[in-house]
Amino acid sequence: MNRLAVEIPGLSLKNPIMPASGCFGFGKEYSKFYDLNKLGAIMAKAVTPEPRYGNATPRVAETPSGMLNAIGLQNPGLDHVMANEMPWLERFDTPIIANVAGASEEDYVKVCARIGDAPNVKAIELNISCPNVKHGGIAFGTDPEVAYQLTKAVKAVASVPIYVKLSPNVTDIVPIAKAIEEAGADGLTMINTLLGMRLDLKTRKPILANGTGGLSGPSIKPVAIRLIHQVRAVSNIPIIGMGGVQTVDDVLEFLIAGADAVAVGTLNFTEPYICPNLIDALPARMDELGITTLADLKKERTNA
Amino acid sequence: MRQTKMEVVSQKLIADRVFELVLKGDIVLEMNPGQFMQLKPRRADLLLRRPISICAIDKEAEQCTLLYRVDGEGTADFAELVSGDAMDVIAPLGNGFAPTETKLGEHALLIGGGIGVPPLYQLGKDLVAQGSTVTFVLGFNSAKDVFYEKEMGKLGDCFVATVDGTRGTQGFVTTVTDALDFAPDTVYSCGPTAMLRVVSERFANKRTFLSLEERMACGVGACYACVCQRTDDPTKSYKACDEGPVFRAGEVVI
Repeated sequence: MNRLAVEIPGLSLKNPIMPASGCFGFGKEYSKFYDLNKLGAIMAKAVTPEPRYGNATPRVAETPSGMLNAIGLQNPGLDHVMANEMPWLERFDTPIIANVAGASEEDYVKVCARIGDAPNVKAIELNISCPNVKHGGIAFGTDPEVAYQLTKAVKAVASVPIYVKLSPNVTDIVPIAKAIEEAGADGLTMINTLLGMRLDLKTRKPILANGTGGLSGPSIKPVAIRLIHQVRAVSNIPIIGMGGVQTVDDVLEFLIAGADAVAVGTLNFTEPYICPNLIDALPARMDELGITTLADLKKERTNA
Repeated sequence: MRQTKMEVVSQKLIADRVFELVLKGDIVLEMNPGQFMQLKPRRADLLLRRPISICAIDKEAEQCTLLYRVDGEGTADFAELVSGDAMDVIAPLGNGFAPTETKLGEHALLIGGGIGVPPLYQLGKDLVAQGSTVTFVLGFNSAKDVFYEKEMGKLGDCFVATVDGTRGTQGFVTTVTDALDFAPDTVYSCGPTAMLRVVSERFANKRTFLSLEERMACGVGACYACVCQRTDDPTKSYKACDEGPVFRAGEVVI
């Protein structure tokens, strides 16, 4: 018995830990550090129908225990990703969760209809929460009706389960999560970054060329835990949790809050071995806390 | 490229807010001139690593020298390091300067500005070792900012320009290069963007290589923070961290 195994729609995970989208490229960079077979899954970088250049530089700024980014969904476009990036990942026995973004419903539908054909793509993460693009992104994730429509539209064309990524930049996340579940989403991923800003004291201007950016890293973990806890109270579909994970205790806190699996984002940048290190350290910490399997932990939560 | 621990051998102040840090570890065997390292500040709230270029590489002693200027909290944290401390690094990163772009007997011009000067030192050593001639032109704001003039001077002619004229020629690096009495075969440059722009214009007909500085997070090509626009196709970019930081002049928009 694999005590770390997690079964959620489309994904038979050997462990609950995966790198978050936008923080791992398409895997090639980190494959130079370790064997990607180790990972529970890989959440690949966002894909749009056409190539996107992204925002002007500077695109990153540091904050206390975190960072702001405004990359702007730079990616080589659907055709290139289908032909070059996804086939490369086929060599690993690790499910891929493809992240899909767009500027219109047609964009999302176009990518979702095709990306499941790529080898190893076992699920789609619908990116309706990127705060760094003017058209699309977050605009789809802040209105329950719009999120409902979009989820329904992509569910109709996708050959793999749909996980919808929620934004924390809303007054109340609950009606949005409910609308997405009602539209037939297979799961949720949460949270995307928090909209933030930093100013340069010398120039008196924003540090990021885009002005604002998405805040990530350990500083946002309590927000993520709170939002997952809130959504878990009203939703039965699986949640992949993320937001500032840096230790095994963080992983377990996300699972206790209501997540079924956990993604690591920003920490990949500073600690390239963070995912395999967490996977290795998890069983010993589970022993210390009297957790036999992660499935038991979930049952405990459901029965509480 | 890997993550490893290095030991601090020594650290000293060599100019205004500029420190010379010597680190030891077997990762030095993998280093080339113009490459950089991602150093992790010890303060846990400073999340991002700091990219610092490699100034000198001593493979025999397994030691490398880094020169950095204290410009913020991360570099201020590095300034506290003392002999025997451990430093968490990801290294070596990026494509550096290729000394082989200069052939035996050819003359290379190495132009550095401010804290862009350090990576030119090891390049100069490698060029001299392979039988090329080197001339350095180093630009600083003021005499208090000048460093490594003597070290570079041991490898070839070394001219210094300061903006306020308190050391060397008053003016910019181009004030010196415009008056040079030889035509270089190759040009290597590292420094502020405005300086690199002028260098690429002045030496457009030479084999000219520029090392760019961009804000970055991962340093390994995953985050897409440090992109530079390609000249041949403005809809595409190179990542300074893994496809740079050294580019041929004219290859990217600066």
